[in-house]
Amino acid sequence: MSLGKKRKQMIIKIILTIVAVTTAVITLIPIVLTFTNSLMASSEITSNYGMIFEKTDTGGKKYISETVNLKFIPDMVSLSQYFTILIKSPDYLLKFWNSMILVVPIVVFQLIVALLAAYGFTRTKGKLSVIVFFSYVILLLMPYQVTLVPNYLVLNWMHLLNTNWAIWLPGIFSPFSVYLLTKYMKRIPTALIDAAKIDGANEWQIFSRICVPICKGIATSCVILVFMDYWNMVEQPLLFFSDTDKYPLSIFLSKINAQEIGLAFAAATFYMVPCLLLYLYGEAELVEGVAYQGSVKG
Amino acid sequence: MKQSVSKRKKRKKSVSGFFLAPSVVGVLVFFVLPFLVVIYFSFVDNPISKSFVGLENYINVITNSAFRTAFGNTMLFSAIAVPLAVILAMLLALMLDAGIPMYSQLRSSFLTPLMVPTASIVLIWQVLFDNKGVVNSWILKAGGDPVEWLKSSAGLFVIILLFLWKNLGYNMVLFLAALGNVPTDSVEAAELDGAGKIQIFFHVKLRYLSPMIAFTTILSMINSFKVFREVYLLTGDYPVGALYTLQHYMNNTFASADYQKLSTAAIYMSFVMIVIMAIMFAVEHWYGKDLEEE
Repeated sequence: MSLGKKRKQMIIKIILTIVAVTTAVITLIPIVLTFTNSLMASSEITSNYGMIFEKTDTGGKKYISETVNLKFIPDMVSLSQYFTILIKSPDYLLKFWNSMILVVPIVVFQLIVALLAAYGFTRTKGKLSVIVFFSYVILLLMPYQVTLVPNYLVLNWMHLLNTNWAIWLPGIFSPFSVYLLTKYMKRIPTALIDAAKIDGANEWQIFSRICVPICKGIATSCVILVFMDYWNMVEQPLLFFSDTDKYPLSIFLSKINAQEIGLAFAAATFYMVPCLLLYLYGEAELVEGVAYQGSVKG
Repeated sequence: MKQSVSKRKKRKKSVSGFFLAPSVVGVLVFFVLPFLVVIYFSFVDNPISKSFVGLENYINVITNSAFRTAFGNTMLFSAIAVPLAVILAMLLALMLDAGIPMYSQLRSSFLTPLMVPTASIVLIWQVLFDNKGVVNSWILKAGGDPVEWLKSSAGLFVIILLFLWKNLGYNMVLFLAALGNVPTDSVEAAELDGAGKIQIFFHVKLRYLSPMIAFTTILSMINSFKVFREVYLLTGDYPVGALYTLQHYMNNTFASADYQKLSTAAIYMSFVMIVIMAIMFAVEHWYGKDLEEE
């Protein structure tokens, strides 16, 4: 009886493993495909997918296969696409640079502002600070359809539309990191802070030497999540920039035309690189931070 | 003596005020104060003459067919995508939690889409779901009729797939954390009473997971309102009617600089969000109540 039960459990476990691994592989396929396709020469891309992206009357004499031809492994590995986007054609690097210049200041300054605010919330115990924190949470729950309108009004009055400030300022003061860091900092035992006080530390020293180092892990996960959110941004540049040269690569990628479809895969892969590096560097912190975010009681 | 205490208190307040100031000022200037203006704008006829018109803007917006389409599409998308995002993520978490090998590799794989920009992945999605794309070529081979995936109401399905692909991992990590917090003695006690795995899940684990279900539902709902990104990157400025979301409506209204419409639509949206949140919290509170009393 017990042996039969064990056997049954074993079989269930094997089935679950197979299902899980299959699902995981399917999940990764789009990413792997984008990467392997970026290693194809542009003639190969055109012959594989030309019929999808080619507009009807280009008139060239390229060979285009009748049906779409999804391939994992390139016929010949070629770095020519990368050579084009990185060296020959400056457009992609410029747009990539736009993305960097828009996102990095938001990540850095949102973290600084949020660390300060989290310490402020941790060290005040008044009704007012509870109300302020609650309104931050409400703000956090609001979708872009709500927050972009007030953002737009202020930016318009300040004559900041069509400048990078239009993306930076609302991004820096967005309360996401404040929420996560405050929840975490509030758990630092008051005994620790009191002990530092007795040793003669002032508020700034308590903040910078005790609280910030303790929050290092959760701060890393804030950095990753905020970076990803803004690296993906579409709404803000569409509304706040009239000058399309300022657009980040995220928007530009969707507008690549049929002639350059080979380049698109390389550019798309290139655009993933900073994110995947961040993931490699901070996966443990990210998982911990996401999990912590959900700890409702605390 | 008394004076020095109040002085110290005051100093403490000004200290935390110093730490809070940058954030509070920023939030006030960029979010809260202009939102008050948004409320004001929703009740006047235009930003120049500023005469009070009562609920006229509200009636105009809600009777506007573009707004209704956009609102309906967005709600339909959320109504399908959010429960799927919660339930499938919970199943994934339960699967990983069942003690199968390669736990951390599997978790990393499921979380990877979160770390891949949508813009990088839409190309493959286009290759798959174009009229002459991979999926249709499979359908043709199987003898079926090709579907206009991105140019018909089937687009909703494609977008839901992309949304789930991107968001399941995040929700799964949240559920894994919650499963880790289910007290083992409750599970063991149920096992001793002879409860099966399924019974244990419904009668023990689900109770402890209920706050997390509420949380992931709210989170997925917020993310579902961001789905404009995916739609825009996949289908451009002018999608088919079924994919016309609220953010498309907002973008068009921004383009025509109609502040009244914009403001009123924003107020409607914030109102809907607040109502949904209130319902969620009430349900969670009601469901989790006897748990806290134990």
